[in-house]
Amino acid sequence: MNKAELINKVSEQTNVTQKVAKVIVDTLFEGMKESLQKGERIEIRGFGSFMVRNYGGYKGRNPKTGEIVEVPPKKLPFFKVGKELKEMVNTVGKV
Amino acid sequence: MTKVDIVEAIYEKVGFSKKEVAKIVESIFDIIKEHLQHHDKIKISGFGNFVIRNKRARRGRNPQTGDDIEITPRRILTFKPSQVLKASLNQKEVKSDTPVE
Repeated sequence: MNKAELINKVSEQTNVTQKVAKVIVDTLFEGMKESLQKGERIEIRGFGSFMVRNYGGYKGRNPKTGEIVEVPPKKLPFFKVGKELKEMVNTVGKV
Repeated sequence: MTKVDIVEAIYEKVGFSKKEVAKIVESIFDIIKEHLQHHDKIKISGFGNFVIRNKRARRGRNPQTGDDIEITPRRILTFKPSQVLKASLNQKEVKSDTPVE
């Protein structure tokens, strides 16, 4: 399911127009993105949490040329699945 | 950030009460969860993909006792952040010639 399909489903289930559902879904993910940009942790109960991890720089190699390149420090987002969702996802395969 | 902050941000954009917005936000996560449980991945462009992966049974060890145990097959959920999200976290550091992995 992609974002457009999610918007359709939200619109159907909550009786808001597609246009409003789009604003809501976009604002939700945009808000989460901005929060991560600020380095904040996001916790959605029943779903999971997002956090930003910092990675130090290191010297790597360009696999094509063998040239040594400096890989700068970077930040990466991480998602930790909540217990409830983790169990939900795992129950179906067994049925 | 929690659901409360998400509700606040949406409340400022639409003409609903916070209670109504909270209900809608709850449904969004419920729809995502239900889809992940019964179907497959969720792709949110500009944010990332929530992907279900099937793991086969494998041998493992209880790290506390050292006992050999079988880890049962399972379905797990992983999040693969989009390039856009990764780049946005590194805006200041990113140089145009730096490949973003």
